[in-house]
Amino acid sequence: MFDFYFEIPLVIRLILQGLAVIMVIFPIAGACSMAERKVAAWIQDRPGPNRATVPWVAWIPFLGKFLQRLGVFHVMADGGKMMFKEDSLPGHVNKFYFVLAPIVAMVPALTTVVAVPFGAYFDAAGKLIPLGLAPLDIGMLAVFAVSSLGVYSAILAGWASNSKYPFLGSVRASAQLISYELSMTLAVLPVFLWVNAPGTEGTMGFARVVEFQSQPGFLGGMWFGFLMPISAFIFLVALFAETNRQPFDTVESESDLVGSFHTEYGAFKWGLFFVAEYSHMIVGSGVFMLLFGGGWNPLPWVSLATAVDFLGTFLPFAHAPLFVGILSIAIFMGKVLAMIFFFMWVRWTLPRFRYDQVMKIGWQKLLPLSIANLLFYAIAIALIQK
Amino acid sequence: MAVITVERKPLTFLERTYLPQIAGGLKTTFKHLIAPKKTLEYPEQRPAIPVGYRGVPTLVKDPNGREKCVSCQLCEFVCPPKAIRITPGEIPADQADRAHVEKGPQAFDIDMLRCIYCGLCQEVCPEEAIFLQNQFSMSGYTRAEMVNHKDRLYELGGTLPDAHHKWDKKKTAEEHGNAH
Repeated sequence: MFDFYFEIPLVIRLILQGLAVIMVIFPIAGACSMAERKVAAWIQDRPGPNRATVPWVAWIPFLGKFLQRLGVFHVMADGGKMMFKEDSLPGHVNKFYFVLAPIVAMVPALTTVVAVPFGAYFDAAGKLIPLGLAPLDIGMLAVFAVSSLGVYSAILAGWASNSKYPFLGSVRASAQLISYELSMTLAVLPVFLWVNAPGTEGTMGFARVVEFQSQPGFLGGMWFGFLMPISAFIFLVALFAETNRQPFDTVESESDLVGSFHTEYGAFKWGLFFVAEYSHMIVGSGVFMLLFGGGWNPLPWVSLATAVDFLGTFLPFAHAPLFVGILSIAIFMGKVLAMIFFFMWVRWTLPRFRYDQVMKIGWQKLLPLSIANLLFYAIAIALIQK
Repeated sequence: MAVITVERKPLTFLERTYLPQIAGGLKTTFKHLIAPKKTLEYPEQRPAIPVGYRGVPTLVKDPNGREKCVSCQLCEFVCPPKAIRITPGEIPADQADRAHVEKGPQAFDIDMLRCIYCGLCQEVCPEEAIFLQNQFSMSGYTRAEMVNHKDRLYELGGTLPDAHHKWDKKKTAEEHGNAH
């Protein structure tokens, strides 16, 4: 049925796939900005943005009103505003790097998606094939390597802005990123120690991690979030810090730094920073869910294969690769969106840590904790898998 | 007064991890997330105006639909920002039922860009003709639009119940020959 697709040259196919993923990530990032406003409003007992509407939709009796109340059209209004307002270039900035910074922000944010599988299907032999742009064997390494590049955009933007608050903000951003990168890396090591059991082919890919979380049995079906709660916790905290979200958004603390490295930015260039931030969140949540949240398995101890078999008892097409693929992507996206909701929920709950507290938590608390965690699991895994 | 020394207990281990507090905070915000919203969605929903509210000043008519203001100009004199401007005039000859009232305003302007809604005009009015009523929103595109003329003031004011019927009593008294 889809043979014609596989006859297209590989390069064009990959470009099409890449565009398809970007076409999903971009609107989600936009919708996240809306969701952020809505969640903020709901937590503060307000209804939130609910006025913008477009005539043709407003005429639909029930749905139109519902969408308007949900604030769906504010996304378009916001986006349209960002596109069409004057894209100012202050006179005192270093023009080249000033323009380069938002582009550099977008590149790692969208590149990391390449290594993240977002679904799976079973081929004719019943083998699990992960869906992703590039099923790299170095998955986790690629994500770490590329996502850390995001700090260059912050440094570039802060430095090129030629103004002290953006500069301070970018210095904070880089210091914070480096501090938490260490704990984050150490926190995921136990997972890969466990996955790379002796006698198996070594990998840093995500697909194997998810495969490990979908085995039968009590220990096999356990998500790594339950098996290694400390790792999951450290990774989560570091993820908050790396994406500059509350309570670690000292980088953007508008009360003491005006608006950090994007103080001098406006219009579409500012919008790019914004989308990059949300793309980081989406990819970060995706990685968290793959490593600790079971990936595309619907429930702990219920793997995708079990779920498909169960659905197969009353849905004749449940075993079709297309259906399984869509189901797994839906499950995975649902988990990622739940994580993003959690990010927002935390943002509107906690106050911001002071900068010295951020550094203290990073270096004096999380780093020793992650080293101890690594040692504990290294010994435990050595004893279990010997 | 006795000085009470409050012992500041050191934070427990759990408190120093912030985690129980964070969980508590998340619980509280989640309750608000699903709680009914408290916003009054203004143009559709209007606030309940409390009794004694001082809104836009208006002129009112008596229950017989007659003008109450006698253009004594007390409000004009008392008005702190000098928002009121009255041109006194005679009662038109065709209004026989008001002939016993000596005067009425020919023009009565309140500049709402000056008005501070203090309510002194209402307080000082011997005829109970000017009231600060419930209208709280006043807007216009030009300065001229923001001046309420007499017609507009009566339109906004309408008719309020009157317990005294001062001028009717005076007229009856005059007709029966006693001074009051």
